[in-house]
Amino acid sequence: MSHHLPPLWKFHGGVHLEKCANLTHTQIVPAALPEKLTVPLSQHLGEPATPIVQVGDKVLKGQVIAQCLECSEDTVTARIHAPTSGVITGIAALPVPHPSALSAPCIIIEPDGKEQWITLNPVKTCVNLTSEELRRTIAQSGIVGLGGAGFPSHLKINPGDIQTLILNGAECEPYITCDDCLMRERAEQVVIGTRILAHALGGVKRCIIAIEDNKPEAIAAIKAVLDSDDGKYQISTEQLDVISVPARYPMGGERQLIRVLTGHALPRSNLPRDFGIVVHNVGTAAAIYQAVKIGKPLISRVVTITGDGVNTRQNMEVLLGTPMSDLLAQCDVKTDVSGLIMGGPMMGLALPSASLPIIKTTNCLIASAQTAIDTVTPAMPCIRCGACEQVCPAELLPQQLYWYAKANDFDKVQRYNLFECIECGCCAYVCPSQIPLVQYYRYAKAAVRTRDAEKLQAERARERFEFRSFRLEREKAERKARHQQKRNALKKPVAGAKNVVTDKQAAIAAAQARVKAKKAAKPDKTDD
Amino acid sequence: MFVALMVAGGLALSFGLILGYASVRFRVEGNPVVDQLDELLPQTQCGKCTYPGCRPYAEAIVNEDAPINLCSPGGESTMLNIAQLLDREPLPMDEVVQEEKHRLAVINEDLCIGCTLCIQACPVDAILGASKLMHTVIAQECTGCELCLPPCPVDCIDMVEVPMTPSSWSWPSPEQSPNLINGTSVEESTTS
Repeated sequence: MSHHLPPLWKFHGGVHLEKCANLTHTQIVPAALPEKLTVPLSQHLGEPATPIVQVGDKVLKGQVIAQCLECSEDTVTARIHAPTSGVITGIAALPVPHPSALSAPCIIIEPDGKEQWITLNPVKTCVNLTSEELRRTIAQSGIVGLGGAGFPSHLKINPGDIQTLILNGAECEPYITCDDCLMRERAEQVVIGTRILAHALGGVKRCIIAIEDNKPEAIAAIKAVLDSDDGKYQISTEQLDVISVPARYPMGGERQLIRVLTGHALPRSNLPRDFGIVVHNVGTAAAIYQAVKIGKPLISRVVTITGDGVNTRQNMEVLLGTPMSDLLAQCDVKTDVSGLIMGGPMMGLALPSASLPIIKTTNCLIASAQTAIDTVTPAMPCIRCGACEQVCPAELLPQQLYWYAKANDFDKVQRYNLFECIECGCCAYVCPSQIPLVQYYRYAKAAVRTRDAEKLQAERARERFEFRSFRLEREKAERKARHQQKRNALKKPVAGAKNVVTDKQAAIAAAQARVKAKKAAKPDKTDD
Repeated sequence: MFVALMVAGGLALSFGLILGYASVRFRVEGNPVVDQLDELLPQTQCGKCTYPGCRPYAEAIVNEDAPINLCSPGGESTMLNIAQLLDREPLPMDEVVQEEKHRLAVINEDLCIGCTLCIQACPVDAILGASKLMHTVIAQECTGCELCLPPCPVDCIDMVEVPMTPSSWSWPSPEQSPNLINGTSVEESTTS
């Protein structure tokens, strides 16, 4: 690994954040089996899955319990598996971790404690598998991007046009350490998962595992695996590098990472794929290793439980569907916890209660004690200092966007490229007036989407109304034409009476002739 | 003098020809203002404006000087948009229309007798069915205009609110909603 690495680039803006709340345990601890698992049917982007089990069914650990029916291979959706063996006790709408705090359909499983697996079909040698087969295996294992967005991973395996595979181990938000711990403890899984991905993508020239420079242990662990394996796990001829990137928020943003590693500044209209790049999270790579090499579908993930509301801050291997309150209890939660955030402090989601389940995209839970919340001051007026523009990694004008979003001027927000905003929260973080800028952008984005959808609906309604009017006109004209024809038919005898009479007489004569012929023919036949 | 007259006359003639040709060549079909107005209207085709659809109402505003405050599904925002487009004075809305939730017609299948009256009433052909066979509403196409309600002889059509799901939910404005992240409401100061 002594070859020369190309220099790194820089992205605009960003902020330097201190690594907060050191862990009390650095090892990944398996969480206890809860009394009840609530598995939401939509833990990923795209179409929710449909249950294929019924209440009362017994399921095995790893059994498919929900999948999108009537979906093609390219539909954005993911399968859901039973996280443990047990009985389905209900399929109902229950609160899920979502900003709306609304309920969504979930499958409730009561574990039997036996942890009985389905028959696992591990793949010994991946070389023999085509990328199509690997893609199917990954799709069947229900793997989605574990970095936070939850985009189904198999859809990012498009062989042929990818030259660079980037493994995102940047994990730039403070507090979150699940990827860091995963890379330290399961470096081999990450490396093999990366190799499998590279093989599935076919034609990848370069693999990069990008890790922020504040995680030296993780970098060392991955490098150790790469040095010791000596290409043992190498499937194809790609070159695999570990690159340490500067710790600057939001380094873990897909586009920011691509910018730093390759120099490409991707506009929103382009996917990384258009530049021959694809980015996967390191946790996803480990999940792909589990799915292919061991045969286990995605039924658990590593979650960081931290914040000053818990006495034991640690990373836990958690079954999907485990109630958050169970985890907090296992982490020695303090009594005065007032807020719970899913995700990091910058982009995380404040949760209304701790009874919600862990889902595929839950990377971190931050429990905050009473004191931290009380210090929040109300927003002050914007003083146009421009600090937000200095830190925006998407190179937008957050202040202008704020004014236009506030004034509901949705044409202007689009002209100022609102949809390039990655909602990283840098602008709100540096805002001296503490304006909740990201919320304005989220609101404006939602309003624009709603407006566009309504426009589309109105357009369809107009088309249908116009077609109906046209149809009614046409029917009227047709009816008129029919009446005219009938009237003409009645009129005809008067005009050419003779003609008609002769026609009729001819017809009668012909019929009589036919009958005669028949009669003449019949006796002959009976005689024979 | 004569030359000047000839030049002026020649110019007049040639410009006249150009204009005459242009008026034939670049002829505008229909009234573009009606199209623009139709674009602003919500296309529910509900007839609450007393005209038989959105386009007829747009035509009436342009040709018959109909009042611009008749569209109740569009509400005040639509009226203001029309006022801006036509440079007319905004009028108060007749009835106070709240931001109504989107509602859909749903046929109670146990009661439907298959009379086809609602099919004929639907302005966007969103009801499917045949004589003496059960009818059903195509949910994606229903505009919620309620025109199918009065003709039904057995009162089997209900307007049902579309329930909010996490996928149909959208972020509220921080101006009017409690701050979700901080758990406190955003208090904008009133200084201008």
